[in-house]
Amino acid sequence: MTSISSTQSQQLAAETSRRRMWGFVKLGLTYVFMSLLAFVFLFPVIFMIVSSFKSNAVIFEDLRSFDAFLPTEFSLDNYQAVFNRSNFGLFMFNSVFIVTTTVTLGILANSMAAYALARLRWRGRKAALTGVIALLIIPFETIAVPLLFVVTRLVWLSLSGGELSLTTSWLNTHHVQIVPFIADAFSIFLFYQFFIDIPKDIDEAAVVDGASPLRIYWTLILPISRPIIATVAILQFLTRWNDYLWPIMSVQGESARPVMVGMAAFFGQTPDWGQIMAYATMITVPVLIFYLLFQKWFVQSVASSGIKG
Amino acid sequence: MANATAGNLRRSETVFAWIMGAPAFAGLLVFLILPFVMAIGLSFTNQRLLSPNPTETVGLRNYDRLLSVSLLSLDPLTDEATGEFLRDDDGQLQYPRSRNITRDSENYPQYEGFREWFAFELGSTRHVVLAKDPVFLRSLLNNFTFALVVVPLQSGLALALAMLINQKIPGVNIFRTIYFSPVVTSMVVISIVWTFLYDRQVGLVNQFLTTISGGVIEPINWLGSASTALIAIIIMSVWQGVGFQMVIFLAGLQGIPDVLYEAAQIDGANRWQRFWSVTIPQLRNTIIFVAISTTILAFRLFTQVDVMTRGGPQNSTSTVVFHAVQRGFRESDIGYASSISVVFFMIVLVIALLQRRVLSQSEE
Repeated sequence: MTSISSTQSQQLAAETSRRRMWGFVKLGLTYVFMSLLAFVFLFPVIFMIVSSFKSNAVIFEDLRSFDAFLPTEFSLDNYQAVFNRSNFGLFMFNSVFIVTTTVTLGILANSMAAYALARLRWRGRKAALTGVIALLIIPFETIAVPLLFVVTRLVWLSLSGGELSLTTSWLNTHHVQIVPFIADAFSIFLFYQFFIDIPKDIDEAAVVDGASPLRIYWTLILPISRPIIATVAILQFLTRWNDYLWPIMSVQGESARPVMVGMAAFFGQTPDWGQIMAYATMITVPVLIFYLLFQKWFVQSVASSGIKG
Repeated sequence: MANATAGNLRRSETVFAWIMGAPAFAGLLVFLILPFVMAIGLSFTNQRLLSPNPTETVGLRNYDRLLSVSLLSLDPLTDEATGEFLRDDDGQLQYPRSRNITRDSENYPQYEGFREWFAFELGSTRHVVLAKDPVFLRSLLNNFTFALVVVPLQSGLALALAMLINQKIPGVNIFRTIYFSPVVTSMVVISIVWTFLYDRQVGLVNQFLTTISGGVIEPINWLGSASTALIAIIIMSVWQGVGFQMVIFLAGLQGIPDVLYEAAQIDGANRWQRFWSVTIPQLRNTIIFVAISTTILAFRLFTQVDVMTRGGPQNSTSTVVFHAVQRGFRESDIGYASSISVVFFMIVLVIALLQRRVLSQSEE
């Protein structure tokens, strides 16, 4: 064994520093490339938000340069106009009401059904489970039109002016956008997968103490199911909030109209792009903020929706 | 005694199971299974959404209208005196109009109810493909075109993005969050913003193309021309949806054991070889899943079309779901729209069965 000569060690040092340099350059290039891609994914939203504060004239003026993405003007006139020209507040209330009710009731109904399927022994359990899984394959689009036909023939007990009355069609109501979407085969499936993995001895002790299944579900199972509740809530929130096909068919009047239909209608009536962008910003930014706060959960939830099949 | 308790417990579990399952099972029954079964039943009737006339069973008439295709071959018009072909000012051969034949039920009863879908010329004969509902067939074709372009394009880009953000470098999660953000954004909003971006005169897409090409590329009438509207919707849809597949591929990539890459490296495999011999085979099931689910998504295409083009120009962006909504809701022809729904479901079913088939093969 001979010791490394000084020239050799110098060469080695030069080699390592060259490697390190190249590593830095490569890393730098990677970041530049990823940032360019980030711009590709962000530019429509940046353009939308920035334009919502500009007058029509300024928007068109700025389009010729990179100013299109810069806040060259800051005015709330467009927002004012959206509230004046449309029933934005009402539509927003409708959407929030419909989505929160559907998601909350959906979590309860679907997790209870999944609990029965995963943790109770009863005749017909296997068949019911197979049925639920088979239903996963039916896309909503295939049943939309016949569902429209069904809801025109359903009755609803309504309380108006202190008097109970029967109404004979579900069209143009809030409940036509809520009730059909509470039960959801995929939510049941997600809850089922989670519940089946919870060790059986957790509830066996409670059974010995004489607790009913309903009590075990409520006090033992639900509290440890927060991750799956969050997943189902996020997925259902996104589909219900962004839904467009069903409300354009089932709700034509303004009283129960959700924001997405309101947005499309506003787009059809207004030539003023600044106002359109203000409308779009108001229904997009809250969701994006929500997404940024819980982005890990959003990504995981959507990824888990991909594991089905 | 112990047996009796167990029996009671069993019985009470059954009761509880039905009580707890009832809301969700009833919901699925009334709002999913019932409409699904009704779609099949209604597709054999002339049911309207609201109609004073009684509903009648029409057998397979809806399906006949939906799927009937026929071929009509036309010889060029000839001059009766000379027997020579007639030509127009540009020297093109002239043919009888297909409409005159399809509407002439007396002489051509076999073509009754047909309309021209498209035509092509072979030699001097003009072949006209007729269909009873050319718009449906065009929609079906649009869906297939959309799927054929989007599935490889979106899956490929998603895999590339997933590999890009699967590197262990600081801040990479920020980029994941950004690339994924269009997935959580409403399609209505995205469609409206992109309608502006695609504008012929002022749209940023054309401005960008003109700038980078130094003025060589002329402004394109993206959404206003039948030849580009579907492409425009495809580009936007890929942009919106690619983050979804990226996340699924990312989960797949993270499931590949590092030892496989190390082994390949020891064997002297370079990056490219490792990609083909480790990454792709390991991602096989993920790739199949992504391809199939993207195909099904492609067939559900609706919102973009409804907001941006209303199926136009000349039905170049109409889709199966859009057509069903036009017929069933806007023209309240529930019976006919139901038959469209049934055909649509059959397509989805075939795709899903194909997935199961391919997946089970890979497990053997």
